[in-house]
This record gives sequence, C-alpha cells and structure tokens, in this order.
Amino acid sequence: MTAAFSGYGLGLRREHYKDFLDTEVPVDFVEVISENFMVEGGQPRDILRRVRERHPVVLHGVSMSIGSADGLNPAYLKRLRNLVDEIEPLFVSDHLSWSRIGGFNSHDLLPVPYTHEALERVCANISQAQDALGRTMLFENPSSYLSFPDAAMTEWEFIAEMSRRTGCELLLDVNNVFVSASNHGFDALAFLDGIPAERVRQIHLAGHTQGPDLLIDTHDSPVCPDVWHLYAKAISLLGPVATMIERDDDIPPLAELMEELSIARKLGATEARRRAGEFA
Amino acid sequence: MKLADMQRDFQSWLVDASEEAADRLSVHAAAGLAVYQNNYRTQLVNCLKHTFPNLQTWLGEEEFRNAAIAHIDKYPPHAWTLDAYAEDFGQTLRERFPNNPDIHELAWIELALGEAFVARDAQPLTLDALATVDWDNAKLRLTPSLRVQVMTTNVEAIWSALCEELTPPPSEMLAEAGGLMVWRRQFTSRLREIDGLEYAALVQLQRNGSFVDLCEMLVARLGEEDGVAKAGSLLAGWLGSELIVGV
Repeated sequence: MTAAFSGYGLGLRREHYKDFLDTEVPVDFVEVISENFMVEGGQPRDILRRVRERHPVVLHGVSMSIGSADGLNPAYLKRLRNLVDEIEPLFVSDHLSWSRIGGFNSHDLLPVPYTHEALERVCANISQAQDALGRTMLFENPSSYLSFPDAAMTEWEFIAEMSRRTGCELLLDVNNVFVSASNHGFDALAFLDGIPAERVRQIHLAGHTQGPDLLIDTHDSPVCPDVWHLYAKAISLLGPVATMIERDDDIPPLAELMEELSIARKLGATEARRRAGEFA
Repeated sequence: MKLADMQRDFQSWLVDASEEAADRLSVHAAAGLAVYQNNYRTQLVNCLKHTFPNLQTWLGEEEFRNAAIAHIDKYPPHAWTLDAYAEDFGQTLRERFPNNPDIHELAWIELALGEAFVARDAQPLTLDALATVDWDNAKLRLTPSLRVQVMTTNVEAIWSALCEELTPPPSEMLAEAGGLMVWRRQFTSRLREIDGLEYAALVQLQRNGSFVDLCEMLVARLGEEDGVAKAGSLLAGWLGSELIVGV
C-alpha cells in the first residue's frame, strides 16, 4: 500500500515549468506524464529533478497498456522503474485501458471489455507491473465512448474486483465518471458507491466537450459545475483524497489553474467541517 | 469475443477503417468508434506537426497534411513512445518527394534536433584531461547527442530563415556536398553546417574513435603536414564545442 497522503496539486505542463522552477507555487504535489520523462537525458529530466526538490511528484503514465491481451512491454517497465527509482514518486499510476497489441501501439486509451477473460488478463498484467516496479500502482478509470455487448459486469464491479485481486489502488477521475455515465447511460453515483472507497488514493478533475453524439474527455476547459457537484459527492463518500486538476490543452496561466484548484480546496474544507460535526 | 481478437479488430478499425472489424466489435458503436479513430489519427498528425514545424511551413500546410496522412496509412505506430513515430517520416517523404533532397534534409534536421534534446547526458572533456593522453592509442568518445548527415542543398539557410520566420531562399543544390552536424550543449540542441572534410572526419571518428585512424584519413587526403595540422585544428574545435566526452 502507498503511504497516506491528501492535498491539492496540479499537472506539471511545459507552459508552467518556469513558474514551478522560479517561484513558490502553493501546491501539495505535482503530477507529470511519466513517458515525457522516460528519456535518456537532457532538459526534461533536469527539470523533473529540480521540481522534485520542491514538491512531491506523482508519475502518471499513458502507455503501460494494462489491458493488452499479449502482456506488458518489459523494456517499458524497465525504463519506468529507472524513473521511479530516481524520482521516488508519491504515486505511480496509469489507466485501465489498452493501447498495444502485437507490434501496434495506438497511443490512445482504448476501452477494456468488462469480461471475465479481460479481468484475468488485466490482473495478471497489474501483478507483473507491480512486481517490476516494486510498489503498488494506482489505476484510473478512463472516459469511454463505446461498450462491448459481451460485458459480464459493470465498470465499477470490474474495478472493485481488479483491486481486490491485485491490491492495486485507484485513481478516481471524476470527470471520466461523468463522461462515461453520460455516454453509456449509467448512474454516476452507482459508480462512486461501487468502487472500494478505501482504495482510492487520488482524484483527477478536468474539463470535457460535448461532441456531436457523445461527451469527449478533452482536458481543454475548466471543470464544469456538474463535475464539481460529483466531486463533492465523491469526497463525501471517500473522505480526504489527494486531488488535482488536469489541463492538457488550451492551457491558461498558472494563476487561473490555482484559482480553479481553490474550488477543490473549499469543497474539501466544507466536507472536513461536515465530518467534524458528524463525529463531534 | 476473445480479448486478443477484439484488440486486433480494434487495430484494423483504427488503421484501415475496416467496416468488417467494426461490425464484429459492436454493431451499435459507430459514434464511439468514430471518436477513437479521430483521436488516433489526430494524435499522430499532431506528433508529426510538432516534430517538423519548419518542414510544415516549407511544404505548405496542405502538402504536409497529405504527406502525414499517407504516412499514417502506411506506417502504423509501433513504439511505446509517441515521439518515436516521427522517426520513419523520412521514408514517406523520400517516397513522395524522391527528387527533393531539400525536403529530406530539412526533415533530418528537425528530427535530429529533437533526438539530441533528450539524448543521454555526458560531461564534455576538458583540455586538462588531454595532458597525459597517449595519442597513438587514443580512442575519442563523441557526445551521445551527436548526429551527422550529408548535406547536398542549401538547407541550413532555409532552416535558419524558417526559424526566424523570414522568407527562406529558394532551394539550391550545393556545388560540393557538405555536412550537417546536430548535437546538444548543456540543454540546447544545436545545428552547424560543416564542410565535406569535417563530415568525413566525424564519420571516421564515429566508426571507431581512433585518433590515429582519423589522422591517417586526413593525411591521405591532405598530405602529411596539412593532414596532421587539420586533425589538431578539428580536435580543438570539437573540444570547444563540447563534442568530445571521453578519451
């Protein structure tokens, strides 16, 4: 199990490197995309080392492909292990998705069918990854745009069983719950109720876009009121959890993101007061 | 449906837009499948645009986009890192523009600059470290970020103008082929135009690092006195540029 931690953070993006290196940014942690730093050397690794001197760092991957039918890529795991050993991150996470089959890599977070066969494969892959990294990982629920007719369980049932079998922990992306609930017509609260609360170690918040037929997880806009509402519900169920805002496109000045993060802080403080009153 | 079969069908849908594969995945998922295919193709186009910004300007947006689409159709991505997808774009450019070395050389520059930016770190050798070197047996180690390439066109001038958002000169073949050298000093990738002799010298050094072999090559081309003098001046220049990281 990872060490207990709660607080508020941001994704570290190139546009804000200077802010994080030259000023004291009041966040409790930063999250980076692991693959951007799984390079041989140069400025990216140097920047990450310097940011790590100031803040706890979360390594968040997009290319592990934990749902691949043909297992994980050992070379990828070795590179990630090297980065983990150097950075000593707070958490190491990736997505409950797949991107690679055979020699093909889609570089997209493709959906896993919630079947018994997929569950077996995902669990075997998670065990391999956790062994290779020597630590517990967190896995994030992705946004999805289709479901499979032969699914044998809901997404939250799949996640709960995956976590039970492997001991992995969870990164709850509240925006992704909202997007997938809208796209597939399920109840977002049923999702929150169905995942093991004690396993959720981190929360992502982000913006999405309405496409012609579906909601799309674009990370290019502020968190919308409906997602803030769902976040408030989530922390009422989960208690204090490390929370951050992901912004990957149309990235605004850091001050705007800090302002947005303050909404999460306020909701967290309100929930803490509610709990204190409840337990007084 | 078996997981592996589903994933191969998904690959067929993304790469070839196979309707048969889409039908096997789910007959009620057309909108969702379209989202995934759009994400897949957009991501790859953006990767190429990000890696080759000056080439995009040189070719024009539409021609670059057509080349990118042709590349995506023919060469699906295979590596764990998206950055690697740009590596093979030169092949597509050679197929589409077989008689335009300026295009190939401009693409090489942009790819090499990106590779050098994240190449393995290495401390440059100081002059003090050369004091006790046995030059007859010395093997020089070049910085891991170094890449060299034959240059047959005025591509360096084109690239420089594009970087400064100036009107680039028309493409011209050089009277005599030279070379291009890309490497990283500290954290900055650099490009330098070099003459054919320095290009040949660096290729020779990349082969086995032997300073004696380098001198022999230069003596064969320039004669005894000039060849040895040239070896000395090249070495001094490379040390000053932080190209040598070990001996």
